[in-house]
Amino acid sequence: MTLPLPWPFDREYMQLALASGMAVGACAPLIGTFLVQKRLSLMGDGVGHMAFAGVAAGLLAGLSPLWTALAVAVAGAVTIEWLRLRRRASGDLALAVFFYTGIAGGVVLTGLAGSLNAGVLTYLFGSVLTVSPADARSICLLGAAILVVIAVSWRALFAVALDEEAARVAGLPVDALSIGLAALTAVTVVAAMRVVGVLLVAALMVLPVGAAQRLARSFVATLRWAVAVGLGSVVVGLAVARAGGLAPGGTIVLVASGAFAITAIFDLGRRRARASS
Amino acid sequence: MPLSDGPRAPAADALALEGVSFSYGRHAVLDGVSLRVGRGEFVALAGPNGSGKSTLVRVALGLTAPVAGQVRLLGQAPNRLKQRWRVGYVPQRAVVVDQLPATVEEVVASGCVARRGWARRPHPDERERIDRALDVVALADRRSVPITELSGGQQQRVFIARALVSEPELLVLDEPVAGVDAESQARFRDAIVTRCHHDGVAVLLVSHELGAVADDLDRVLVLRGGRVAFDGPPAALTAEGVSLGVHRTDLPVWLEGLT
Repeated sequence: MTLPLPWPFDREYMQLALASGMAVGACAPLIGTFLVQKRLSLMGDGVGHMAFAGVAAGLLAGLSPLWTALAVAVAGAVTIEWLRLRRRASGDLALAVFFYTGIAGGVVLTGLAGSLNAGVLTYLFGSVLTVSPADARSICLLGAAILVVIAVSWRALFAVALDEEAARVAGLPVDALSIGLAALTAVTVVAAMRVVGVLLVAALMVLPVGAAQRLARSFVATLRWAVAVGLGSVVVGLAVARAGGLAPGGTIVLVASGAFAITAIFDLGRRRARASS
Repeated sequence: MPLSDGPRAPAADALALEGVSFSYGRHAVLDGVSLRVGRGEFVALAGPNGSGKSTLVRVALGLTAPVAGQVRLLGQAPNRLKQRWRVGYVPQRAVVVDQLPATVEEVVASGCVARRGWARRPHPDERERIDRALDVVALADRRSVPITELSGGQQQRVFIARALVSEPELLVLDEPVAGVDAESQARFRDAIVTRCHHDGVAVLLVSHELGAVADDLDRVLVLRGGRVAFDGPPAALTAEGVSLGVHRTDLPVWLEGLT
């Protein structure tokens, strides 16, 4: 069913891409805001690489790669966070171990499947233009679930990210909230895999947040701006990709990078003006 | 009196440690420490670096379990205390989120989450408590300012307000004024003393620099080598000509007289 939207979203495949992209464009920066605040900006990358191993395992075993990726990503993300909470490993070290194991596991499993086939490549680089109506529905449902969970828990997540120790003394369920955030990160990464691919998923989590922190003066404003930049990057990125025949996943991320660069220049100009006045 | 829901032992001290010991591996940090902070008492904990003060605070708050001994927080073992928000904590270093903007009001409001429940929406009463906490630390006019634009001392006042907003019965502050400007020290003193003497909040202040609050303290505890070297009113120290003011070195000269 095609809606009467103007070009470039006049065709069904573009509308499915838009729906999936916007679900991801809203959720990825929301999750990313908390990851950046906790100095875990690279978590999306590490989880993405574990998801890649999950995809390869699914393709090899003949199972749905989306669900195997979800299982591996959630298990990996939760384990990383558990190790960090128990101080068994520092955040970035644990991430590196899982990151490299994930990518290596994916490469080995892909080799076992015969060769680097097209199925794996679409997960590495994204394939938003070939999203089926059923896939779009799944991604939008995952996106809606993430939005609901964040709407309920964002104040508690903010308190924990601000000062984990003080939150623990106050009686907040720090471990559960941190592990919950890790699981949400994994779900977001898997949802975003189809849109921008595992290699670029972290960019969509972090770049809009980077842009937002230069525009906003409060945490709530940062969340709003991050989502706005995320959504804007998806809409403009898809339009530019269609117009120029470019890879949509990469184009979306380049638009987000552009937004980041513009806000950085704007912020620099503002600081210089303040310093000279 | 601060608002409080739920039962509690009416006569229980705010904090009581009985024979508490703690070691990191084979290195003993606390050795048979016994102390109490009564309801509404203003107690300072001083001692040189390495004396075990920060470890004692962590054990008292239930962040770390002792190897031996008993801890009672508002009459209960820390892990049994259901309403943890009744204890306010201002950590040693102001963890300032330089990664993302957060306003003074947002940081203070984050202190309300534990008391109302992590998944619940803010209650209208909280607005009043936030306003009161901001007034106590004299930052009401900076509520919309990002915390990164404040001085170190002002940031620490924000964290004190965050601890006060849940209206705790015990306030634990770990080196809150280290390296802080004189105006903030004075504001800090006003905030703590008001809460303590007017609202009956027990205060445990871990600090080298007690000059600003020397006249208001009920007792001073001195920790040395993991043991309590002195536990008594500040007059007992000052009677010996010992100053509670600012000291430049890690080991204040006045501690050397204590054995």
